Amino acid sequence: MKFFPLIWASLWRKKARTLLTLLSIVVAFLLFGMLQGVNSAINRGVELANVDRLITINKLSLTEPLPISYLNQINAVSGVEGVAYATWFGSYYQEPQQFVFGSPVDPELYLPLVPELQIADESVRKLTQTRTGAVVGQALMAKYDWSVGDRIPIQSSIWTKAADGTSNWEFDIVGTYTVPSDANQEQGFLFNHSYFDEARAFGNGTVGWYLIKVSDPGRAAEVARAVDALFANSSAETKTQSEKEFSQSFIKQFGDINFIVTAILGAVFFTLLFLTGNTMMQSVRERAPELAVLKTLGFSDTTVTVFVVIESLLLCLFAAVLGLGLSSLMFPAMKGVIGQATLPADVVLSGLIAAVLLALVIALIPALRTMRLSIVDALAGR
Amino acid sequence: MLKQTLAVTGMNLKALPQRLGTSSVIIVGIAGVVAVLVSVLAMVVGFRATMENTGRDDRALVLRGGSQAEINSSLSREDAQTILDTAGLRRDAQGEAIACPEVVVIISMKTLADASDANVTLRGTCDKLAALRPEFKLVAGRMYAPAVRELIVGQSAAQQFDNLAIGDEIEFRDSSWTVVGHFSTGGDNHESELLADNETVLSAYRRNGYQSLTAMLESPAQFTAFKDALTTNPTLKVDARTEPQYYAQQSEQLTKVLNFLAYFVGGIMAIGAMFGALNTMYTAVSSRSVEIATLRALGFSSMPVVMSVIVEAVVLALIGGLIGSALAWLFFNGNAVSTLGGNFSQVVFRLTVSGGLIVTGITWACAIGLIGGLFPAIRAARLPIAEALRAH
Repeated sequence: MKFFPLIWASLWRKKARTLLTLLSIVVAFLLFGMLQGVNSAINRGVELANVDRLITINKLSLTEPLPISYLNQINAVSGVEGVAYATWFGSYYQEPQQFVFGSPVDPELYLPLVPELQIADESVRKLTQTRTGAVVGQALMAKYDWSVGDRIPIQSSIWTKAADGTSNWEFDIVGTYTVPSDANQEQGFLFNHSYFDEARAFGNGTVGWYLIKVSDPGRAAEVARAVDALFANSSAETKTQSEKEFSQSFIKQFGDINFIVTAILGAVFFTLLFLTGNTMMQSVRERAPELAVLKTLGFSDTTVTVFVVIESLLLCLFAAVLGLGLSSLMFPAMKGVIGQATLPADVVLSGLIAAVLLALVIALIPALRTMRLSIVDALAGR
Repeated sequence: MLKQTLAVTGMNLKALPQRLGTSSVIIVGIAGVVAVLVSVLAMVVGFRATMENTGRDDRALVLRGGSQAEINSSLSREDAQTILDTAGLRRDAQGEAIACPEVVVIISMKTLADASDANVTLRGTCDKLAALRPEFKLVAGRMYAPAVRELIVGQSAAQQFDNLAIGDEIEFRDSSWTVVGHFSTGGDNHESELLADNETVLSAYRRNGYQSLTAMLESPAQFTAFKDALTTNPTLKVDARTEPQYYAQQSEQLTKVLNFLAYFVGGIMAIGAMFGALNTMYTAVSSRSVEIATLRALGFSSMPVVMSVIVEAVVLALIGGLIGSALAWLFFNGNAVSTLGGNFSQVVFRLTVSGGLIVTGITWACAIGLIGGLFPAIRAARLPIAEALRAH
């Protein structure tokens, strides 16, 4: 530790060069933080997916409905602890761009199956009592400045009402809910399936998908097979997957986001390695006489080499901390896009690990050079 | 003056191979930026080409009022007939409107690449197809026969998804459908789809209503009158859009996201590469300080020295830009990728590294090189001659 000032001084030997190198590494880690941060925010839904929940959709595609009569049949399958259903409402508020994740559900079946959703008992009671009632995620409430008691007009791009043929629906907000584990899920808008089914112009007696809770997660695959077997060769065959598989295949449909992020970061870090490695080598080459002097004074080969490695570590870690810090400052601005306002901790950790690896690779050649440096040659300027 | 500039710049460029190590920092740095920028923009260009190709100004798409995409829409048989009788539609020799009420359903298929799930559109269309979509061409096999469970497959879909070769059987809706042909529509959105007879699809799905109606207008100018006639008809609740309007709306979101990604990530990378270029050029100037001072002592003015440094940086940047564009072209041009489009189903498109994109990439490269060379050049010009000569 007592040699720290020495290392620090040699790091800043050429201020402009070190500063420029530092800034390019900062930029790389800024990108790392943002891209990985967004990527992990997107995959968060997958990671948080409950292991003991299955989703049953129509085998043809998610957009095809399933009969509501399947409810009791699925309930009778051994290993099933609870079943609920929901439907995609395809709704928006005022403008088609102002998307609302609306879903008609049976509150008494649905809410017990999603314990991560925290809602006051009072709100649940009001929801079941109010035909046109709805409970809304905290984030969505804040987004449109709604409050409990408001009567909200919601448009559906799918469902029309039998009464007037329009797709203008109205709901009374009777309560809110929060999802402490994932703020992304607070964008939802849940209302009574009974009201929806009675009022809609078509599709009566069907639901979008079933949510199944299994009593033993170890038997999930077996239960899924049993459910699908139940409806094989019927007019609406089913596909049952774990929540995790379901979200993964859904995200995958948008494109291979993982690949894009990895490819871009690969290009960035390769460039960086080249750039910083070159600067570091140059700096060691220029300082050969100084390093020789250190060796002459009695510092061992190893100690001088360690100095060079620490110098590289200092540079990379300092820059990584700055870059990741900057990217975490930019996260609140992206909240609207990815629904998450903080840089995930695992991204910070993997960023720091990447910085250490980068530093070691960069220091490799200069360190070997320092190790082998012959005092006489270096002092003679050869 | 010009002669001096040329002489110094020429000398400088000839000495480049000696400084290969440090110079390659600029080349590699800028190649990275340009490769990423051009690749992501190639997605935008390819996607837009696919979406915009689909449209013709004189073709209109009618959906139920409030629906944003075909999949969410529904049109009853009566509505479809009313629309077909509206004035302004182009009619064939028999006096029938060149228009098709269509059914759009989604089938879950597996991708060829990794057997992951993909939603694919099956479109049920009518016998006016050839007149309505003149770009439609059968490239293999034969046309489907009505009332039989047969379908034809778009070229892009056939390349992207499993089990779509001619003769393959697709199981859905209690029966199996045979693939009898492959078609092309000039690389547009419909090439990612499957086509079959609309009544056959309706009966298989036990439905009795269409989703959308596509109609050929007498001329693009007729659109407003056609739209007004539909929206003022009290028996109808529909919206009409020209195809370019509809597909522009469908591609808006993704284009925005990809453009943001390209310019934002490209911009940040460009800043990083600029630092690298500055670093390299400062080093180049300082290693050449004796040479520069000697030139100045010989009577060369500072301008040629400034120019030589800037030209060096820009030449290196140009090489980097070319390598970056070439890499993007080599790896990605023509690559077919697919994403979830507006109809909740896959749109297949090809990454297109166009000439315009390469120009964009090289412009960026030159801009980075210029900034990277400017400040070191100024330092070179201000170099105190006596001190620099004494230093060695």
